[in-house]
Amino acid sequence: MEAFVTAVTIFVLAIFVGFEIITKVPPTLHTPLMSGSNAISGITIIGALLAAGSKQTALTTWLGFIAVFFATLNVVGGFMVTHRMLDMFKKKD
Amino acid sequence: MLPTTVINLAYVLAAVLFILGLKGLTHPRSAVRGNQLGAVGMLIAVVVTLLDRRIVSYEVILAGVVLGAGAGAVLARRIEMTAMPQLVAVFNGLGGAASVLVAGAALMETIDIGQAGNLQFTVATGASGLIGTVTFWGSSAAFAKLQGLVSDNAFAFGGRQIITILLLAVSVALGVWLVAQPLNPAAYWILVAAASVLGLLLVAPIGGADMPVVIALLNSYSGVAAAATGFVLSNNVLIVAGSLVGASGLILTNIMCRAMNRSLANVLFAKLGPTAEGPSADDVYAGKIKSAAAEEVAMILEGTRRVVIVPGYGMAVAQAQHAVRDLANLLESRGTEVEYAIHPVAGRMPGHMNVLLAEADVPYEKLREMDLINPTMEQTDVAIVIGANDVVNPVAKTEPGSPIAGMPIIDVDKARTVVVIKRSLSPGFAGIPNPLFAADNTLMYFGDGKEAVLELLTAVKESS
Repeated sequence: MEAFVTAVTIFVLAIFVGFEIITKVPPTLHTPLMSGSNAISGITIIGALLAAGSKQTALTTWLGFIAVFFATLNVVGGFMVTHRMLDMFKKKD
Repeated sequence: MLPTTVINLAYVLAAVLFILGLKGLTHPRSAVRGNQLGAVGMLIAVVVTLLDRRIVSYEVILAGVVLGAGAGAVLARRIEMTAMPQLVAVFNGLGGAASVLVAGAALMETIDIGQAGNLQFTVATGASGLIGTVTFWGSSAAFAKLQGLVSDNAFAFGGRQIITILLLAVSVALGVWLVAQPLNPAAYWILVAAASVLGLLLVAPIGGADMPVVIALLNSYSGVAAAATGFVLSNNVLIVAGSLVGASGLILTNIMCRAMNRSLANVLFAKLGPTAEGPSADDVYAGKIKSAAAEEVAMILEGTRRVVIVPGYGMAVAQAQHAVRDLANLLESRGTEVEYAIHPVAGRMPGHMNVLLAEADVPYEKLREMDLINPTMEQTDVAIVIGANDVVNPVAKTEPGSPIAGMPIIDVDKARTVVVIKRSLSPGFAGIPNPLFAADNTLMYFGDGKEAVLELLTAVKESS
């Protein structure tokens, strides 16, 4: 029960931090914000790694493999495309 | 092998880097660095996880990572900026699917060892399965819509609201079944099946112009799914990262809804269309349309002090952004001040128009938000509207009965002269005529976006 309360505390506080920061992002950067935050939500990758690597059963390994594939695509693609977009916003000197 | 304490402390570091990374995105100058900080945080989280003693074999992981990273890199490099909403939809969907699979794998592990998880575990597994699946299928539907694979009106049938609510109720009931019988895998996988239909049904009937709201909402869902998976695995970094993204998506959803003066429920369930009592196109346009050729427009632009360009998605479809930039540069070289007025829903996702113009090397300082540019419209000599329609329709302010009533618009009608570059007088997404086109100070410059601007460019060059 205590672990649950701790988890909920972290959840609620993180939402507040999120609201505070994201409201300050200018509309110009909303698309990179979406792709970048989307890459961050690919954090599920660590759960996928554990499922794929722990070799519990054939099924969990397979589920883990597909999850690793999806999550890595999400993370790598997300950060890269965000970088590509943000580069275009850099001042051209 | 790292002790659990070290791993968890590294996760805290990763969470901090995510927060700092998002903070970097609050300004174009710090944004590249912010994105890199986020990526470093992710790398740290992945590396310490690989050193977790629960991982006994690396072949499967390696295969998944190589394939995923390769596909992700190719997509990220090759994608056209106009197709960015599709790409973000794909990434959202895959993130959601990964959450469903991870929660499913965690559930199957408990079943394998015959030891049911506690209440937090089962409730979170159900939530992750539901939200993640809706994210995946909803994003797939959004992708198909944006890509033009299905028509705008597909799946729009009566009673959809009731079926959606029923499906949601069934999904929740299946979740309760999972909590009651945590060692029965059927509950989870049937829940996933029901949520699949729910996700498709939620998004498939929504029209293309409402996609900014949908993409933002699905972005939020993918975050919430990751957070739910964090509760499944009792992993704090998942909870933190997931809630940050969930909050971010919700804020953007809200901004998009406000930009259309519609509630989220209205976007998701109602169909926007012409109202019966509105004036017909003939009433509005008959005999009042003044059309102009490139040379006339060039003459008007001569010696102007201030020009505002109002781009809409039509400009991007016509690939006219580079030509528009050239025109703006030419005008500026002759002493005209040129700015761009960006409506929040000018593209197909939040901030899309800004990216499209940034790609065409338009400096971001010249991109002005609607609220900032509207007070300056009265001091504007010429407003050039290209590929936009509903977002400059004054009816939004004057006729409470119109489908776009109350939607904030860019006040181009206040400029001394308005030049509208458009193929024909066809209506925008709202399906209503636009009195702006018939206004005294408006000139219609008919033509394909790109060609029209190129012709105008030549005409302006020759006029000097």
